[in-house]
Amino acid sequence: MRIIQFLVRKEFLQIFRNKGMLPIIFIMPVIQLVVLANAANFEIENLKLFFIDKDQSTLSRLLRSKMDGSNYFLLSGFGLSSQDGATALDRNQADLVIEIPSGFEKKLVRENTQKIQLVVNAIDGTKGALANFYALEVISQFNQEIRQDFQAINKVGVSPFNRLQVEYSHWFNPDLNYKTFMVPGILVLLVTMIGAFLSAMNIVREKEIGTIEQLNVTPIKKYQFITGKLLPFLILGLVELTIGFIIAKVVFDIPFVGSIFLIYGFAVIYLTLVLGLGLFISTFTETQQQAMFITWFFLVIFILMGGLFTAIENMPLWAQRITLFNPVRYFIEVVRMVMLKGSGLMDIKWHALIVFLYAVGVNGLAIYRYRKTV
Amino acid sequence: MERPIIYAKNLTKRFGNFTAVDAISFEVGKGEIFGFLGANGAGKTTAIKMLIGLWKPTEGQAMVAGYDVYKQPEEIKRNIGYMSQRFSLYEDLTVQENIRFYAGIYGLSNQSIREKTDELIVKLGLEQVQNERIASLPLGWKQKLAFSVAIIHDPKIVFLDEPTGGVDPITRRQFWDLIYEASHKGITVFVTTHYMDEAEYCDRVSMMVDGRIEALDKPGALKVHYGVESMHDVFVKLARPEVE
Repeated sequence: MRIIQFLVRKEFLQIFRNKGMLPIIFIMPVIQLVVLANAANFEIENLKLFFIDKDQSTLSRLLRSKMDGSNYFLLSGFGLSSQDGATALDRNQADLVIEIPSGFEKKLVRENTQKIQLVVNAIDGTKGALANFYALEVISQFNQEIRQDFQAINKVGVSPFNRLQVEYSHWFNPDLNYKTFMVPGILVLLVTMIGAFLSAMNIVREKEIGTIEQLNVTPIKKYQFITGKLLPFLILGLVELTIGFIIAKVVFDIPFVGSIFLIYGFAVIYLTLVLGLGLFISTFTETQQQAMFITWFFLVIFILMGGLFTAIENMPLWAQRITLFNPVRYFIEVVRMVMLKGSGLMDIKWHALIVFLYAVGVNGLAIYRYRKTV
Repeated sequence: MERPIIYAKNLTKRFGNFTAVDAISFEVGKGEIFGFLGANGAGKTTAIKMLIGLWKPTEGQAMVAGYDVYKQPEEIKRNIGYMSQRFSLYEDLTVQENIRFYAGIYGLSNQSIREKTDELIVKLGLEQVQNERIASLPLGWKQKLAFSVAIIHDPKIVFLDEPTGGVDPITRRQFWDLIYEASHKGITVFVTTHYMDEAEYCDRVSMMVDGRIEALDKPGALKVHYGVESMHDVFVKLARPEVE
């Protein structure tokens, strides 16, 4: 224990003496959190709508004003022919083209059915899907309303389903605030990045300077060495997380429903895993450059497949299976569950178990791979 | 006769086809100052790394401080000190912090760490700079400090790999005073160098050429044997026979 204490003290002395590293560790993530939380916004408003009205009837105009009146769409132009719509799409003047065929009103009134065409610019898939979804929502509302009117006009009497409407109820994030969703996830990424890079570079740095050789001729045990390298960064990671939570609360007013101890408990296991991975990388690399690239390789996969930027449910099945090996995925889920939903230990027990086993495995590998005698 | 504290028999290290150390055999007695000489690339550092348990030998046997280099490298490490060619103190830590760290790693008690730190700082005349970072010290001071730190746990043997490289003659002389002092305390000194004046300070020297030990004896005896005036000439004769 005493030996680990000496190692930890030495690491801290070195970290706090390195005036170049301190801002990197403490200031940069704060900036990133603030900037990214505001930038990484998937909420889409003011989609450009191009409206082709070949009918020019009361009903077609009503639909147009409904679309225009919703928050989602901004009428960017209208035309009379299908060609106008295609041109608008080509020129990137429209995200969505709605085409009302001629005879729209007549057919709708007479035959009680009609088709309209939606053309979505799907170059940006997420945006396209949202445009489609929003448009359908508005159209179905429109449909609902005119149906009521017909019934009234036909004097059939007010149907019992008169005010039937889909009501959306957004649990755990009532205002559909994207920041509530993003900030916990971004926080996880930042803590992961700092942890993985610092630990991966650390042992390699001692290799480059040559001090590792001096340590290797001391009777220090391998587990002591790895623990002595892991602990300082674990503490640092928790401090980082705390700063992040404070910003989440103070700046973004993110709700914190669940137990903070549960998150910290999970964070300890999680960071042990991330740092162990970094240490493992630095046992088989020779230069900080190599360590950096290998760490980056893993981090890119972890980040892009962590469920923050692409929902895991939207990935192909094989990719979803890969994410089962992605520690970031588990931590993002846990942070969101505990912070936003107030999930308890029982709800996250599988996450905790998997990450725990993973952490034991990776650190075991790091201890095994670290060779005092070559 | 007392058992030698370092014993090597046909100790060999190969890297692929290249034989860095070629079946060297020697013994070092307790308390001796043993000079391990040779030109650059002769295989001195490789030999040392096998003896201190950093590299596994390819073949041959070696016992250091009574322990087998194959099976008990960690026991060896407990009983030796090592000062490498590359600078081994932490440049971003102060004099005091470096001493305390290494003393702590070797498991010294808090009290003896304090005592040793004070004693060392006074002995090396580092009172003024004890809270300065190592990076700001002149090379000669660093080397003396590195040596003192390498023997802070009173090991049985200390291995010094070109400890005086790039150091001025006066500092080198002071450095050798430290070596003698350690030797008087009973620490066996195993030192590599290519300063031939330093070879004269050793009790016995071995001369390594291309991975083999070509000569091994007291400096005086070697000079007589090769019929030359100085160790420098012995070295030139052995290491660079083509010069003549």
